[in-house]
Formats: sequence, C-alpha cells, structure tokens
Amino acid sequence: MAVPVDNLTKPTPASSTLRFAFGNVLAFFILLLIGVLAFSIRLFSVIKYESVIHEFDPYFNYRVTQFLTKNGIYDFWNWFDDRTWYPLGRVIGGTVYPGLTLTAGTIWKVLQSLNIPLSVETVCVFTAPVFSAFAAWATYLLTKEVKGTGAGLTAAVLLAMVPSYISRSVAGSYDNEAVAIFALIFTFYLYIKTLNTGSLFYATLNSIAYFYMVCSWGGYTFIINLIPMHVLLCIVTGRYSSRLYIAYAPLVVLGTLLAALVPVVGFNAVMTSEHFASFLVFIVIHVVALAYYIKGILSPKMFKVAATLVVSVGVVVCCAVVAVLVAVVASSPTKGWSGRSLSLLDPTYASKYIPIIASVSEHQPPTWPSYFMDLNVLAFLVPAGIIACFAPLSDASSFVILYLVMSVYFSGVMVRLMLVLAPAACIMSGIALSEAFDVFTRSIKFYISNLSEFLQTDAGDTLPGNNVSPQNEVLKNEKKEDTLKERPSRKNKKKEKENIEKPYVKSKTEKRPLVLPVEASFFALFLTVLLGGFYVVHSVWAAAEAYSAPSIVLTSHSHDGLHVFDDFREAYAWLSHNTEVDDKVASWWDYGYQTTAMANRTVIVDNNTWNNTHIATVGTAMSSPEKAGWEIFNSLDVKYVLVVFGGLVGYPSDDINKFLWMVRIGGGVFPHIKEPDYLRDGQYRIDSQATPTMLNSLMYKLSYFRFVETDGGKGYDRVRRTEIGKKYFKLTHFEEVFTTHHWMVRIYKLKPQKNRIRGKTKKSKSKTSPTTPRSGTVKKNPWH
Amino acid sequence: MIGNKIRHDTTWNHRDDRYGCKRTRNRGGDSVHGCKVVVIRVNLQSPNTSRLRSRTLNPNQNMAKFSIATVFIASISLLLALTRSFSVENPTDRRILVLLDDLALKSSHSIFFTSLQARGFELDFKLSDDPKIALQRYGQHLYDGLVLFSPTTERFGGSLDVAAILDFVDSGKDLIVAADASASDLIRNIAAECGVDFDEDPSAVVIDHGSYAVSGTEGDHTLIAADDFIQSDVLLGSTKIEAPVLFKGIGHSVNPANSLVLKVLSASPSAYSANPKSKLSSPPSLSGSSISLVSVVQARNNARVVFSGSLDLFSNKFFKSPVQKAGSSNKYAKSGNEQFVTELSKWVFHERGHLKAVNVRHHRVGETDEPAIYRINDDLQYSVEIYEWSGSSWEPYVANDVQVQFYMMSPYVLKTMSTNKKGLYHASFKVPDVYGVFQFKVEYQRLGYTSLSLAKQIPVRPFRHNEYERFIPTAFPYYGASFSTMAGFLIFSFIYLYSK
Repeated sequence: MAVPVDNLTKPTPASSTLRFAFGNVLAFFILLLIGVLAFSIRLFSVIKYESVIHEFDPYFNYRVTQFLTKNGIYDFWNWFDDRTWYPLGRVIGGTVYPGLTLTAGTIWKVLQSLNIPLSVETVCVFTAPVFSAFAAWATYLLTKEVKGTGAGLTAAVLLAMVPSYISRSVAGSYDNEAVAIFALIFTFYLYIKTLNTGSLFYATLNSIAYFYMVCSWGGYTFIINLIPMHVLLCIVTGRYSSRLYIAYAPLVVLGTLLAALVPVVGFNAVMTSEHFASFLVFIVIHVVALAYYIKGILSPKMFKVAATLVVSVGVVVCCAVVAVLVAVVASSPTKGWSGRSLSLLDPTYASKYIPIIASVSEHQPPTWPSYFMDLNVLAFLVPAGIIACFAPLSDASSFVILYLVMSVYFSGVMVRLMLVLAPAACIMSGIALSEAFDVFTRSIKFYISNLSEFLQTDAGDTLPGNNVSPQNEVLKNEKKEDTLKERPSRKNKKKEKENIEKPYVKSKTEKRPLVLPVEASFFALFLTVLLGGFYVVHSVWAAAEAYSAPSIVLTSHSHDGLHVFDDFREAYAWLSHNTEVDDKVASWWDYGYQTTAMANRTVIVDNNTWNNTHIATVGTAMSSPEKAGWEIFNSLDVKYVLVVFGGLVGYPSDDINKFLWMVRIGGGVFPHIKEPDYLRDGQYRIDSQATPTMLNSLMYKLSYFRFVETDGGKGYDRVRRTEIGKKYFKLTHFEEVFTTHHWMVRIYKLKPQKNRIRGKTKKSKSKTSPTTPRSGTVKKNPWH
Repeated sequence: MIGNKIRHDTTWNHRDDRYGCKRTRNRGGDSVHGCKVVVIRVNLQSPNTSRLRSRTLNPNQNMAKFSIATVFIASISLLLALTRSFSVENPTDRRILVLLDDLALKSSHSIFFTSLQARGFELDFKLSDDPKIALQRYGQHLYDGLVLFSPTTERFGGSLDVAAILDFVDSGKDLIVAADASASDLIRNIAAECGVDFDEDPSAVVIDHGSYAVSGTEGDHTLIAADDFIQSDVLLGSTKIEAPVLFKGIGHSVNPANSLVLKVLSASPSAYSANPKSKLSSPPSLSGSSISLVSVVQARNNARVVFSGSLDLFSNKFFKSPVQKAGSSNKYAKSGNEQFVTELSKWVFHERGHLKAVNVRHHRVGETDEPAIYRINDDLQYSVEIYEWSGSSWEPYVANDVQVQFYMMSPYVLKTMSTNKKGLYHASFKVPDVYGVFQFKVEYQRLGYTSLSLAKQIPVRPFRHNEYERFIPTAFPYYGASFSTMAGFLIFSFIYLYSK
C-alpha cells in the first residue's frame, strides 16, 4: 500500500497538476480503506463472541450512557447514583469524564433522529472501532504535517492495526481510551498545524480539541505537559517564533478555561501541579516574546545592556516565584500531586504508599515482551524514524521526537500508558518506512530511467502507471530470491537504518538525492515489505486471538473442543432475577461495575476506587473470620456476598489470587488485619501449610466451601496447583445460595441473626440434629 | 472515619439490652404491618405463596381418585380456613395444642384451661405420645400456640420432636413449657435451645428454707412462696400481684448476656437447687436469686415462650390454696398463682404487649407527597403510627420515648418523636449536609413489648448545578475584575486598530 504513496511524493514536472489530483484521489481512497481496515480489524470480538460490552469499566460507561439517553444531559450532569458505594453513593456527574458518554449518546441521538433504531448497547460496542478509524485519519494528518503525505499514510496504516491500540479499542471495549486516543492525536495535529501555519483559527480549534480530550480522559495531563515542554525546547534551541506563540498562548488560556468547565476537572485545572508546567511556560514564552520585541526595537548595544538588567532582575523574580511555588506545593500533603501522577514520576511510589493503585494490573510497569507484543516491528522502526526526523529537524519533527521520548518513559512506568506510546511509535515507524520506500523506489526509478536512456527506445515518457508495473515484477523477482536466501535479519535492519540516514545527510550537502545500487534497493524493498507483512500478520493475530476476548465470557480450548465459560453473566442474571431490587451485594471492587450494570443491584464498592476506606472495609470483611466478616457486612446492610473462584476450572484472576490486596488494603486502614498472619514463608498459601488465619478467613471459606465435593475428597485447586488446606468445614453465618456452572462465581447470603439465643451447650441428642441443619450448626458456634 | 463508624456499630450490636428484645424482628407474618411503605425485616417463615401453592397441589397428587373439583373446593376451603386462622390484624393466638403426660392433668389444671377457653382460645388436648400429633400439615401450621404440660415425656408421638417445636417457635408461634422435678431430657433440650438451662442434676429441686410456703406439716421446704416478680406491667398486668406464687419444681438459670430471656419469677436469695432427699455434699450448682423459677423468652421474630420449672404452678390445687410465706405474718386466702399465670398467658399468647407500626410517612415541610430523594439541607417531616393490641382491638400506643434515626452507617439525626396521644408519632428535622443513602430507622424495643424495627431507605443528593447561589457577594471583586478586563481589552483593540 505504501508503494503508490511514494509516487505521490515524487511528482515529475510534466503534468504535475494532474498527478497531484490523481494522488489526492488515491490518498483519499487509501484513507478510506485505512478507515475500513481500522474498523473491521476490531470486529473479531463481535464475530468470535458476540456484540457485548467488555470487561469492567466499559460496563459502567455503558450504564452511564443508558442513563444519559434516558434522562438527558442535565440529569446526567446532576446524577447522584445511590446504587453504588452504598451507603455513601456517588455523584456520577461530577466524577466522571463525560466525553465518551456524550459522544456515544450523541451518536445514538443522531442515529435515532435518522430513524436508524440502534440500541444504546450497539452504539457503545461500535464506538471504539469507529473512533479508531478517526484516530488513524488524525495520525495521517499529524504525520503529514511532520513529513508529508507518504509518511502520513504509512503511519495511518500502522496505527490502524497497532496491537497496543487494538487491545483498548476492539468492538465492545467501550472505555475512555477509545475516544481519547483520537482526541490526543487530533490535538497534537492541530498544535502542529498551528505551529506550521501560525493561524489563530487552528489555535482555537486546538483548544477545542484539547477540551474534548479533557472531557474524555484523565490522560489529558500528558498533553498539557508535553506541549509546554516542546515550547520550552523550541525556545531553548532558539526556535522561538510568533507561530510558536500563537500555537501555545491561546491553548493555555482557552484550554484552561474550557478544561475548568468539565465538572470532574473544575478547579484542578489551575490548582494541581500537573498543570503548573503549562503556566510556567506561559510566563516564559511571554518573557521571551517581550525580549524579542525589545530586541527588534533597540540597537544591539542597548539591547545588551537591557538584557543584563532584565536577566539579573528576572533571576531574582524567578527565584522568588519558584520559592513560592515550592512552598505552596510542599504545604499540601501529597505535594500537590495526585497519587496516580506521582506513581508516574516515581514508579515505586504507588506500591509503597497506595496499595489500591498498585493492585491494578494495568498500573504495573510492563515487562519487556509486552513491547514486542504490543508494538511488534514498530519497536525496531522507531529509531530509524527518530533519525529521519532529525534530517532535517523542524518544529514539527522535534515535537514528534519529544512525544516519543516522553511516551516511552511513561510506558515504562505503567503498562496502561503503552497506549500513548503506540501512536508515537506508529508515526515514527511511518516516517521511517516512508523514507525507506522513498529511497528504494527512487533508486529503482533512477535505474529504470537510466536503462531507458541507455536503450534509447521510443518509450520516453514515463506514465504514472509505469512505476507500478516494474515493482510488481520486482516483487515477483524478490519472491524467487526469497527462496534462495535466508535473511540475516539483524544486519539487514541495521543496513536499512543506515540507508535511511544517508540520503538526508547527502541531500543537505549536495542537491542530488541518494541513489542506491538497484539490486540492493530491490532486496531492501523486499525486506521492508516482508517486515510490514510480519507486522500485519502479528496485528491480525493479536486482534483475533489475544485482545478480542470480552473477559466476561471466557473460552478455553481443550482436547475435546472449545469450552465456553459464561459464569459471570449466569451469576449476574441470577442476582437480577432472584434478589430484591434494593438488596446490597458485596464483592471485591473489581466486580462492582458489572454488578450494577448487569444485575442492577446496589454494590458496596466498585471500580471507581475513590474511597479507599470503604474498599478497605470490604477487604477487612473478606480477610476476617466468618463472624467478624458477617458483622461488617451486616452493618453495611449487605444481603449477598459474591466471590469469584477459579480453582475448579483454573481461572487465574480469581479472588483468592487477589486476596493479598484485600489484606493489604484492609490492613492499611484497619491495623488489626496484619499481612504476616496470612503469610507462610513470605507467601500466601492455601494448602496444608497455610496459616490458621488464612484458613479461617471469610474469603477462604467462601471460596472453598463444599469444594472438596467436586473431586471426591481431594480438593485440588487448579489455579494454585495444590490441595487445599482445610477441606471440610461448615458456614455458620453465610449460606450458599448460588454457584455457577463452573463454580467461577459463588453467591452467598448472609444468614439472619438467630431467632433464639441458645443456653449452655449440652450433649447434643442425635434426634435433634438430623432434621434441622440449622440447629446442627448452631451447636458449633453459639453466637450473639 | 468509616472504621470508627463500623466499630461503633459493632459495639452497638453487642450492647447488652436489659429489656431482652434487642434487634428483634417483627413477628413473622406481620409483614404487612408497616403498610406498603415500610420495610420491616421479617422472618419469612410464615405462610408464603409457594407454600400455599404446594398445599393446593399436594392433595391433587395424593388423592387422584377424587374428582378435581372436590379437591379444588376442599383446598379452597382449607385455604380460607387458614386465612381466617392467621390474621395479620389479629395477632392473638387462636388455636392451641395442649400436650399432656396424663389426661388427669386436664382436670387437675382445669381452671387454667377454662380461663383460656373463656378468652376465646380453641384448646386441643392430646396425650404427648399420641401418634397423630402434628404441628403442621402441608407446610401449614395447624396451631398458633403450644402448651407442653408433659414434663416426663421422653419422646413425643407422631412427627413431633425438638426440631419441630423449635421450628414452630422460629415461625413465630408461641409456647408454654412446664417442667417438673422429673423433667425429661426432651424438655431440657427445648429449654436449652431457647437459652434456659434447667439444673442439670435430674434429682435437684428448688429448696428454700427462708421463704417457703407455710403449710400444715413441716415439709422439706420445696414448696416455695415466691414473690420476686419482674417489674413490668406488660408482662404481668397492671394490677399488682399481692399474694406470693406457690412453686414446687426445678430451678433454672439464664445467661445474663442473653438479651432475649427474662426472669419473670426469681427465687429468693436463700433458695438453692439440690436433691432434698440426699445430704448436700458439694455446693449447689444453682443458688440464690440467680435461680429463675419462671422465665419468658421473646425470640427475635417476636415468638413468645414461657418456661416454668413447676407444672403444679398451673394446677387448680395451687390456684386455690391459701398461702403464707415463712417469716411473714400476711396470710392470703388465695395464692397469686391464678393471677400470675393468667396474666402471663395473656402476654405469651399476644393479648398484650404487641405493637404495630403503620402509615410511615415522610415528606418535605410544606409538601404532602413522599419524595423519592431528598436534597441536603432539606427540611422534612417523618411520621409513623404505632398501635398496641389490647386483645380485641388496636389501641393507640402512648409513650414519650419513640425515637427516629436518620441513619447512614451511624445516626446523623436522632430525634425523639412527639405524639398526639392517638398513636401518631412525628418528628421534623433538617437533612444533614451530607449526601448518601440514608435510612429512616425506628428501633423501638421495650421490655415485654414486641420490638419495632422499621427501616426505610432514602437517598440524599447534593445540590443540582443550578441550585447553588448564582452570584456570591464575596466574589464581586472577581466579577468586576473580569468585566473590567474585557472592557479594557475592547477599548485597547479599538485604539490599537483604528488610531492611525
């Protein structure tokens, strides 16, 4: 696909307008196809599973969108949700980033008004794929501003199927990131556009795009820190211009005003230290602008005098301002930074101080393989792209480099931010690939034209179509060569990089572009295409296999075919059909959003982890012995307790594996829960070596109650790969009311308080116990 | 902060309530008491639809040879009978099963039985080993109350056993158990399950050399004249029992921590529990006023149980005999037994001390409709009507200590409600400046009365975006600053653009 792109970038003087027009039409259709590709590659989840909302957070977004479509925007804004965080409730309107919801709600409204009766769920499911197409187009625009149409189209193709982005935007993954990545890229595009044109119109658009980004995702702080950094970089490197001023100053003023309009941000837009950098740079750019202005007025000598005067005064003022800032920041308990941002700067911060942040897997630092999984060949192409950006270095390309460097750092801190790295990597790789193709095709063209001159044949005029056909032949030739040669990949890649580097070094010194030997060009072209091929294969595999599972429906392949585990929906359906509307369901916070959205029951805690104490209360209840747990749950009016248990089918992310976080978070607030009580030799164990505290904890009991009955007395846990420590026990304060088909979700009901209080225990008569199990259990544990 | 609240709540759970009816549920079956608006936590073991359904289906299966119509009519009539027998509006028991050791008891305790019958109860006398005894049929209870005058029975006939009796109590029915010197393990087990521990020594009886009943012959002082009654008009009626109660039987103890059990008749400090025929070799296990002679239990579902260590307490002989307490010159022509037993039976069969709360209402001040959600700082009014069952009708309950809580993990508002003496209690207060899901709670537990536990969930929301003050006086300098800047900028632009 990138081959014709190169044709566009190389218009020959003859019939250039026609070629431009042809190129534009071609680019348009390519973009259309990229959009189709971006959309359709994300449909694997719908095809392989069904059109459902995925995972946890999307269920909340879906529920909010339903509310929005039903009640309108004002009720959404003022929505006080009494069905989560019981009994505290949650002000949804003021604590949610409304961008995604409003987007999907608007799409739904528009479709309704066009008499296209799509359900809200369908709209939500397909919002992410649609916006990934938009994101691909925005990438095209951004890269075009940096390095021209060819690089833009290549980058757009790469972004359309980069696995990292696919993982967050498959159909059904209805999360903030789905629209936020588009907003991010588009904001960057408008910034670069303003920087290139100096147009106030684009600057205003930029602020509006930034506003959309603020509406959509908390990641907007990345923009409001990256752009000032770039401005500072430009100033320091002496690249200050009025275009830079126009690109930056309106963004800060308008953008901050607009950001403050979003309820969830509000005064944070001026009060938290995430935004301080932008204001500081705002001051700096004005000082610099003033300096340039004065420089224009005064004579050089006078300017020197003025400069020394101003600098000496300025240093003093700056010192004072910095001191005040430091004092202000230091006076706030978290130093003015929110916990999630602090964990970005100091990766060990969260695990040290905030277990609730550290407990989320997507807040962990990524492992090396995840770079290859999520970026694949882009990881190799990025350095080449950086080099290409340096030749020649422009404002735009320096911005892209800065963007890449920062996002690489952030992705190393938090695996979730790999998503921010992905567009940068795509842009860089797009530039690299495009430049490489540029060089190779130019060499081949040069060779062909030389050949035609040499042959002195009649076919003098080079029609645009001619360029394509020899390359087709080339490809055929290369395929033959492929069978002959095993490629020494590393070396070739290095060569490529060098190849890319060379033309620009030379293009500066001498006007004639670099021309490679034709054999080398053909071969390198073939290898580059092969590289792209690998990328496509990997991306499609990632989209189809790795990232399309909706996580509420699980499948497993075994020797006797495909197994589908639909236990979550089974459990939620049971809850919604068999419990009272106002009943409260307690579970670990992971399942809060799903319970409210799918079972429509009130939950105690959910995935919006705004109240650590409340979560710690639930964690404490789960870590406590049965009676203490019952009392905590009863005080919260809980009727049902839901636990996720994977021991029977080997589902690893169950509550026993999350138990350490319940203990840590619970123990962080209620000191009577001590982690060492649950540890044997520094490990959480549930086998015969487990500590008594562990074996008596509510979570253990609720997970393994009657488990021993499943495999005839062994009690073998397939996740922990061990026999459980305590096999036979009874529940005194809870009764099992529902266990799903594969035992993945188990629902217990809190027993009511005993109707009578027993006296002293007597030798139990055999005739009393068998008929009533109730009195049997009472005898073991007379409780108040 | 929340931790404190929870801890606070837990201690509240453990609070030792002297009145013995802490956190109790409304009587099973009275679920309609609170009207449609009240969520009363009830023990749902009373008739529910599924049981009724199974009731109508079972005869069909069993008696297939009958025509369906006959069965249908039969089941309908049975259903009607059941509905009549268990009326929500009439908590007093109607049908009582009396289990006897010996049919002679029917005549020897006839005064007690006739007084019950005279008050409208249908008594069904059966021998305790009658093989046809059944408390329920097809999932429906056949009786509202049970009197166990069979202390020696080791095994009941029919399907009746300890579990069935406890199930009977747990479904909100009432029970009178009379033990005796020869009380069987069966009776002791029933008592122990309800928190009453009879002296484990099977031969021990209560002996009191201090306050025995003076009789013609100098006995072994096992006939006791007890007058240490519980101070409660609800339990023992408003007329004071003047004469001591004659008691001859075994003593029991109750756990002071058990808030559901009350000692109604305690022994004197000089009493002890031992075998009168043998010499006392070791200190008696029960002694002094910790010995309870008659105790009552009000279960959390408001089922009521009376335990008496003496069957003779209910007998005609004791009812009529004159009594003189040792060391006292007062001689009464008639013992207090009849009054004591009658009043206690009125209580146990819910002729007294049964409360209901209806018409729970709340609304903003100045409005009448009940809102679905309140806003912080709203002024609201809460009202509830409380009635007491007098045995024949619902009378307004008058008290000055009924409190309403506005509760979210801990009470944010706790207010004593004022009453109009006609059963209506009301309070008005301001919603606290905290949003969340609150509850209107009335937890009313008084000695002898059934407990009222009303909880109604109501969310409280923060201000809407347009409910805040539009212009804050303290912010006027800022308004002035922004508008003057705007004006200044406009002027500046004009001058800059058009001055040349």
